[in-house]
Amino acid sequence: MDKMNRRLFLKGGLAGTALGALGLVSKNASASSGFSGYSEGFGVLVDLTRCIGCRTCEAACNKEQQLPEPDKPFDDFSVFDEVHEGGQKRRTSEKAYTIVNKYKVEGHDKPIFRKVQCNHCNEPTCLTSCFVNAYTKTPEGAVTYNSKVCVGCRTCMIACPFYIPAYSYSSVLNPVVKKCIMCYDTRLKFGRPPACAQSCPRETMTFGKRSDLIYQGHQRIRLNPGKYVDHIYGENEVGGTAWMYLSSVPFEDLGFDTTLGNAPIINNVKEFLAIVPMVLTIWPALFAGFHLLATRKNVNNQGHESEKK
Amino acid sequence: MNRSVETMDRYESQSCVPIDSDYREEGKVAWSVQDKLLLGLSPKGYLIQLVRNPVNWAFALIFAIGIPITIGRFIFGLSWVTHSSYDYPWGLFLGFGLFTMVPLSASGFMLGTTVEVFGRDDFKPIERLALLNGLLGYLFAVVFLQVDLGQPWRLIYPMFVSLGPAAVLFLVAWHVATYLSVQVAELVPACSEWMGWPSAKKFIKSIVLGLTIAGIILSTLHQGALGALFTYAPGKVHPLWYSSPFQWFHFFCSSIFAGLSMLIVVSTLCKNFMRWRCDANFLDNLDRQTLGLAKGCSLALITYFVIKIIAIAHDNEWSYLFTGWGMYFVFEIVVGTIVPMIMYTISIRNENASLARVAAAIAVFGIALNRLNTALVVFNWKLYPEIPHWREFVVAITVYSIYIVTYRAVLYRLPILYKWKAQVKVAGN
Repeated sequence: MDKMNRRLFLKGGLAGTALGALGLVSKNASASSGFSGYSEGFGVLVDLTRCIGCRTCEAACNKEQQLPEPDKPFDDFSVFDEVHEGGQKRRTSEKAYTIVNKYKVEGHDKPIFRKVQCNHCNEPTCLTSCFVNAYTKTPEGAVTYNSKVCVGCRTCMIACPFYIPAYSYSSVLNPVVKKCIMCYDTRLKFGRPPACAQSCPRETMTFGKRSDLIYQGHQRIRLNPGKYVDHIYGENEVGGTAWMYLSSVPFEDLGFDTTLGNAPIINNVKEFLAIVPMVLTIWPALFAGFHLLATRKNVNNQGHESEKK
Repeated sequence: MNRSVETMDRYESQSCVPIDSDYREEGKVAWSVQDKLLLGLSPKGYLIQLVRNPVNWAFALIFAIGIPITIGRFIFGLSWVTHSSYDYPWGLFLGFGLFTMVPLSASGFMLGTTVEVFGRDDFKPIERLALLNGLLGYLFAVVFLQVDLGQPWRLIYPMFVSLGPAAVLFLVAWHVATYLSVQVAELVPACSEWMGWPSAKKFIKSIVLGLTIAGIILSTLHQGALGALFTYAPGKVHPLWYSSPFQWFHFFCSSIFAGLSMLIVVSTLCKNFMRWRCDANFLDNLDRQTLGLAKGCSLALITYFVIKIIAIAHDNEWSYLFTGWGMYFVFEIVVGTIVPMIMYTISIRNENASLARVAAAIAVFGIALNRLNTALVVFNWKLYPEIPHWREFVVAITVYSIYIVTYRAVLYRLPILYKWKAQVKVAGN
């Protein structure tokens, strides 16, 4: 009987440990640093040397995503000279999931254009920072967003290293995050390229398997010596992104953040996440122990006194 | 006519002898709930007392402007009260309301630990004030959060509808919610005395050690988590204010002296402006307790200072110190950490509680500065500075004023600054 109880107890203990481990494992799994994207995931390679700033992609995105009419029509190129807060160029907004900006780079007569949209990270920080799991990295490579569960804390906007998510602040009853989802619902799901990529008259954007695109990108760099900077932006940045860039000038000259590093951002947060289970398990016994140490002193003293008596 | 004169006299006398027991002293008639709510005054006398207080006129002015604008936020949306910035998604509501108010409310778990875990009953006279300061601070941090959230009615989504357990904010949400209930439970004794429900107090007493330890765990983690939230934005926060291994500890460690300093500030305000409500037990022990809290603050401050320096050394960020941002960092550290640390130390050596009180005010300012800096000023340091919309300031001031008024209303009534006399009677019998 005794043995039986002990066995039951051990079983229970094991089950508990296993459960605990499961919890930890699943936590780690969703925040693993080894994840380099779904192997079959799609991506887009943007060759900035081809872009002429015609804004066709902006118009295509607007139509595909049924976004509101823009403040200035898509054939108005004065938008390139717009200066926003602190000398900022245009950025993605609730009305535009993708935008093209113009850069004048020293040593180049012609301006260089850069298309901006969600880069669809392999390990998106918007996703890992979201406390209602509103974001999903689909096997096709898109980072999608579920507006039905979003609370509106806007941590994803804090966390995105590329300043992509926008928020429909003006909506009173249903403000939501607005960002590019790589046309997931209407195109990517069926293996078709996003609207912007297909609309481009210059074939600036190449759609395909991400792994193929990396190969292609490097080949383009090799086959055109001197044309490109020997780097694919997004191949490794913050753990790799589905959208990647080729450029003829240093990426920092085009407003790319080249200080982000190659580790997924979630790695920074893990140092804290690691202490959570430790505090949860160690603190109760530690402080209960402190309590006994600090207060039982008096009880024992009383005991001694009564013994003396 | 006669009645109203009587009321005035009652008001005059009652302001000196406030309710502190179940029964009126003359005869043995129990105070009614209305008496307790109106501080033993008639409705008219209570109103007269309200109008006579000039502080209330200031609040009336703030509310006259601020409440319509706060309501406007929910009618016209966030874009009406903020700049709707995509680059600065968090403004004053979180920068001040969440990131500043939560550390200033750490007093609850600090004093809970001191009294209940370490058995330092000599801090009992100030324990309830610490608990109340904690509870109200957290409560209004949640109010600020509700003002800021795009869809506040979905507040419980991370709890029950759609869970993202690997996110730091998930931990904050759960911990703040759980800790709020712990703090409500910790203040049940004060309520039960006031309402005359002794059984509730007995029950809480039996689980108080568990509650307190739960409070320590929850506080360690969510105070730290608020700092860890910024580790999601490594490139956006200036390197001097950012440290991925130590950010959580910076926030946790500074919350210790933040909470204790806030407690000194609040107790000083009570001592000076609410003397009628404090009993001798509170007033006579206050100087000694203030110096006790000062000791805790000075230890936390030196720890915080050292770990801040270690964080700079760890990431080798010394060169940043000689930039403009570096100067600002040095200013924050000197004013918010070193000055109060030295003042606390001197006050302890000379047993000078008044000096400790000045140090506490400076430390509270220093914490507000640090949190606002991290969340707003040095956030996006590579982009551009953002000054919040004026309506955002108005709403923040309004919510904070509601906090102060609530705080004061509770202190006027519940046995926080004084002991409920009924206990004495029961013991006497």
